[in-house]
Amino acid sequence: MAELFMPKLNVPEGKNSEHTALIEFADLSLYYGASKALKNISLTLGEKVVTAFIGPSGCGKSTLLRCLNRMNDLIDNVRIEGACKIGGHDIYAKDVDVIELRKRVGMVFQKSNPFPKSIYENVAYGLRLHGVKNKSELDGIVEKSLRSSALWEEVKDRLHTSALGLSGGQQQRLCIARAIAIKPEIILMDEPASALDPIATARIEDLILDLKKEFTIVIVTHNMQQAARISDQTAFFYIGELVEFGATSKIFTNPSQKRTEDYVSGRFG
Amino acid sequence: MENHFEAGIENLRQKLLVMASHAEKSVNEAVQSLMQRNHDLALRVKADDDVIDKYEVEIDEMAIHLLTKAPLASNLRLVTVAMKISQNLERIGDEATKIAKRSRDLAQEPPVKINLDLPRMANLALAMVKDALDSFVQKDSVAARAIIPRDKEVDALNKQIHQQLAQHMMENPDTIARCLNWIVAAKSLERIADHAKNIAEEVVYLCEAQDIRHSH
Repeated sequence: MAELFMPKLNVPEGKNSEHTALIEFADLSLYYGASKALKNISLTLGEKVVTAFIGPSGCGKSTLLRCLNRMNDLIDNVRIEGACKIGGHDIYAKDVDVIELRKRVGMVFQKSNPFPKSIYENVAYGLRLHGVKNKSELDGIVEKSLRSSALWEEVKDRLHTSALGLSGGQQQRLCIARAIAIKPEIILMDEPASALDPIATARIEDLILDLKKEFTIVIVTHNMQQAARISDQTAFFYIGELVEFGATSKIFTNPSQKRTEDYVSGRFG
Repeated sequence: MENHFEAGIENLRQKLLVMASHAEKSVNEAVQSLMQRNHDLALRVKADDDVIDKYEVEIDEMAIHLLTKAPLASNLRLVTVAMKISQNLERIGDEATKIAKRSRDLAQEPPVKINLDLPRMANLALAMVKDALDSFVQKDSVAARAIIPRDKEVDALNKQIHQQLAQHMMENPDTIARCLNWIVAAKSLERIADHAKNIAEEVVYLCEAQDIRHSH
């Protein structure tokens, strides 16, 4: 596992990303029992870019996202074929330490899920789990993470009050702070703003654009305009298939596939 | 935390202002080349036109990119207005190029002995362009509305110059080719004033969300 994220692949010309590759799905299929939910997905995602997964409900975009930190392992009867590589290494190889993988691949969910603890403890939780005990080190990382998630100024005077007292948008930014505190390489976001009002959504979107300087971000969203606003590349899925992948500007102005055109222009889905 | 969308909108606005300064400069130089029979200046206007054309394409690209992000309210108006203003600026650049071309031809011939009110017409058209762009920068719809009736004055001058030149051509058939160049140059100034008026109307829409085109 130590070398899992070491090499950075250069995507050969003609492949589907212009950025340095970090994530690669190679002919990946996923089955829930006998049902094939993901069908032979091959996709390469760039490093330190925002990739949006879009598609109608049930298309497999969240399932594919969850492959990246092996969240699907927690579901019975799930079987995977093909490979899912990060930094050139298959994360489904037998020697992979899943705890270590999830440290490297953080996740933010649709509904904010702060622990019923203080704001400080929410951010420090993962660090403590990974053995950080020194208080000044913890203080430093908590502050840096809260600053990075644009929450510091709002909470610096009440760090030791309950996180559950924060607004929905603040809770979601706290979850982002918690995810980035353990310095992941990749952040997965599953509809992170779908339960927020437009102002809180705009803050999350600006935050995502700031975070991509340091992190590789993969986001599932049902909001086409959100995908257009924040992502560099977009993948469109339909009934378990990858229909089209490319630069977001191209997907939203001149998609190659009719199904993509129909979906992004609201004709179906 | 940076507001990335607002930054994109501001970039578009800045790009439009740079394009506007090029268009304004082109008209100034074209008019000077015509009045001063300056061949070099006329050549420079042609080169500037290529720059203006490039800005038009870039502004359209930026605007389309911003539109995919679903701008709303004043941001939506700004993006659509930016596309229309850039189109008008591109045409102002084209008209400046036409004037410069006629000025090159006229500079190679002896001057036509006729008193035309063309300097006044040029000053009026130039002031309309400048004021329309200022009203955009200041987001001043009152100033923009005040520009619109000034177009009639330019139209009247163009008509007067046209009549004078027609008369002169009948009386001096050897000057027909040169007079036609003056007619085209005056017509281009009249079109420049039209585009300035169009820009002013777009500024009113930008500020007040009211479409006043074809209402006066």
